[in-house]
Amino acid sequence: MDWTRILINALEASVGLQAVVFALAAIGLNVHFGYTGLLNFGQSGFLAVAAYGLAVTVATFGLPFWLGIVIGLVGAVLLALLLGIPTLRLRADYLAIVTIASSEIIRLVVRSVTFEGTFGGSDGRQNFAAGFYSLNPYPKGNYNIGEFGFPERVMWILTVGWALVGLSCLIVLLLMRSPWGRVLKAIREDEDAVRSLGKNVYSYKMQSLIIGGVLGSLGGFVYALGQASIQPDIFGTDTTFFAYTVLILGGAARVGAPVVGAMIFWVILSLTDNVLNQAIDAGYISSSIINNTQVGQFRFMLVGLLLMILMIFRPQGIFGDRREIALDAR
Amino acid sequence: MLRPTGASIGDQPELVSTTTGGVLVRKRVALFLAVLVSAGVCLFGVGAGPAQAAGESIFGFLFQLKGNVRTSYPSVVVTAKGPGGFTGKAVSDKNGRWTIEVPRPGTFTVSIDTKTLPKGVTLTDPSKQTLKLPVLEGQDKPVLFPLGKSTRTIESKWSQALQLTAEGLRFGLIIALAAVGLSLIFGTTGLTNFAHGELVTLGAVSTWWISTGVLPLLPDFGGLQFFPAAALALLLCAAMGWVNDVVLWRPLRRRGTGLIAAMIVSIGLSIFLRYFYLYLFTGSNRSYPDYQSQRGLNFLGVDLAPKDYWSMAVAVVVLGGVIYALVRTRTGKATRAVADNPALAAASGIDVDRVIRVVWVAGATLAGLAGILLGLAQGVNFQMGFQILLLIFAAVTLGGLGTAYGALVGSIVVGLFVSVSTLWIPVELKNVGALGILIVILLVRPQGILGRAQRVG
Repeated sequence: MDWTRILINALEASVGLQAVVFALAAIGLNVHFGYTGLLNFGQSGFLAVAAYGLAVTVATFGLPFWLGIVIGLVGAVLLALLLGIPTLRLRADYLAIVTIASSEIIRLVVRSVTFEGTFGGSDGRQNFAAGFYSLNPYPKGNYNIGEFGFPERVMWILTVGWALVGLSCLIVLLLMRSPWGRVLKAIREDEDAVRSLGKNVYSYKMQSLIIGGVLGSLGGFVYALGQASIQPDIFGTDTTFFAYTVLILGGAARVGAPVVGAMIFWVILSLTDNVLNQAIDAGYISSSIINNTQVGQFRFMLVGLLLMILMIFRPQGIFGDRREIALDAR
Repeated sequence: MLRPTGASIGDQPELVSTTTGGVLVRKRVALFLAVLVSAGVCLFGVGAGPAQAAGESIFGFLFQLKGNVRTSYPSVVVTAKGPGGFTGKAVSDKNGRWTIEVPRPGTFTVSIDTKTLPKGVTLTDPSKQTLKLPVLEGQDKPVLFPLGKSTRTIESKWSQALQLTAEGLRFGLIIALAAVGLSLIFGTTGLTNFAHGELVTLGAVSTWWISTGVLPLLPDFGGLQFFPAAALALLLCAAMGWVNDVVLWRPLRRRGTGLIAAMIVSIGLSIFLRYFYLYLFTGSNRSYPDYQSQRGLNFLGVDLAPKDYWSMAVAVVVLGGVIYALVRTRTGKATRAVADNPALAAASGIDVDRVIRVVWVAGATLAGLAGILLGLAQGVNFQMGFQILLLIFAAVTLGGLGTAYGALVGSIVVGLFVSVSTLWIPVELKNVGALGILIVILLVRPQGILGRAQRVG
């Protein structure tokens, strides 16, 4: 077994594209769930709207790249408004069901044969990232320290991605230290008390839903540009629950926690993947027990278990404070 | 402000007069997780039979009926064009059958070469020489080129509606079986159980396993007939419900785990079980060996297979039994009392924990039955339960969360809507319509059809 390769893969996973995407998705969820106590189970819908907004604008209609970004962002805001208007007055579990339903609606519509001309059916969309990579300042080549490193295209998307993560964390930090952020936390703790102080709770929740949704949608852009192709099934419910696992692992209601959570999460997944794959190739594990294609399924089982164990034994995650987690439905 | 009854499963500790230490609870939960993992480890290495190809194809038969005599036309050329420059060509065999394998779903243009038809044979409608049609994922799309003079009238919209209503009723009854359990569990414990779909899948998957005889850890015993297999699978589901409550949810209730925390735990369980099923069962869609296909039976203008009629009958009888039990029996009354107000129920001498355990066992059994019937209707796959979970939620919400009768009514409405709406919207988008209805209902009547007008927000 090639332990150097395994460790380098794990190191690359900790700063790689998936870590960036899930960090951004979880930062958005942190605003919803961590700070406001809104149980948004449709975060993958925000990622999908952003990714498809960009891809469809560029690949289907041949419009410029920047317009695609704008349309994706506007789409995320509209989705937040559409979701929020009927559901923000409802109890948390209703909000959860409605948001998960709407993210599934989005996925079913974009993958349908009926709208194949626009969204590309189950194949999704390709050929929309050229505008982004034409801005790449890195000259062609590999940027390595020893064996660890990335080629110039990956360097560019990771630079932009981590810059967005940093910017999002800064925005969340400043927002949550402001009086506005304190109202959000108060809503999480006791909505009725906030209402009795004359605050418009509905409006605050809506603002939180929009901001968290837009922050999450940045993850959709980064994913679409990094892969240079999107398929509808990436944006299934599992993506949302991965983001929840990332958030809870790091610790909800902490600014940097989603970032650390995402890094640790993808290191764990990379390690299990690589160790299992290499053990199977080397014959340590019989391929009648588990073969290379089943390693992916094992990874999902692991995530499910991780989510259960965290929620039961340590809902505050690594950095959180148990008293600050919205664990009861209101 | 009104809070919904039974809103927190954290309410339970006071009711059951317990001072259970956190350590014991921790052990119980850890035990459950260990059981899950070791179940995973023990069952490693058990393949589940041959996988079937899950590709798409377009096929059809070229023939003409004269009275009862069927004349087939071999060596007729049919071509298909599709996305990505795909072209396929097929020649009909001696039964008139032609098949074109297509690489992926999409819209295809299929045309028949009329010059290769025998002399004197023409298309019924010469303008229909080329047809444009969608092929869905995993679909074997039948295409008909009618030959000879038209002899029958086209099926009217009304008879289509009748057929779809019958199919919708069948689907609605299946959803109802699962929804009643989900609704009762929500009513008595406040838990929104995202892992309920996996109980549905368990019913279907275990019936398939027992009836094919390819059982984990045991030698291949050739398989049982469908009915004993289904009965054993139901027992397994009941046991699963019991294990769910005793090993996982009751300890969590005693710890005072919040509702949202419990919901997220159920999501973790759902992900774990779904991919565990995928690991054991593989991704293909299978049917029960005894019910590969069954000839349709025409009854009052509705064309359904006999298995559809009796599965509807089974569902109606079982649902009737559930309603009778809820209204008439002691345990049923106790269940409704606990759903209404757990503290008051406990004060009047009802053993709340026992009621919840009964609800879990019954709910899991009903969900398993729903899975078995759904497997009859559409085949068995590892995520069939998860695919209908949102429809079950829609049904429960539509009827009013936590009310068992509401779940019944809501399920029938959702089933009918999903099926009949395909008159106007494409089949692949039928679930979108139902989920859209869920959102609209929450806008105008959040307490559902039969729910009491209480604040749910």
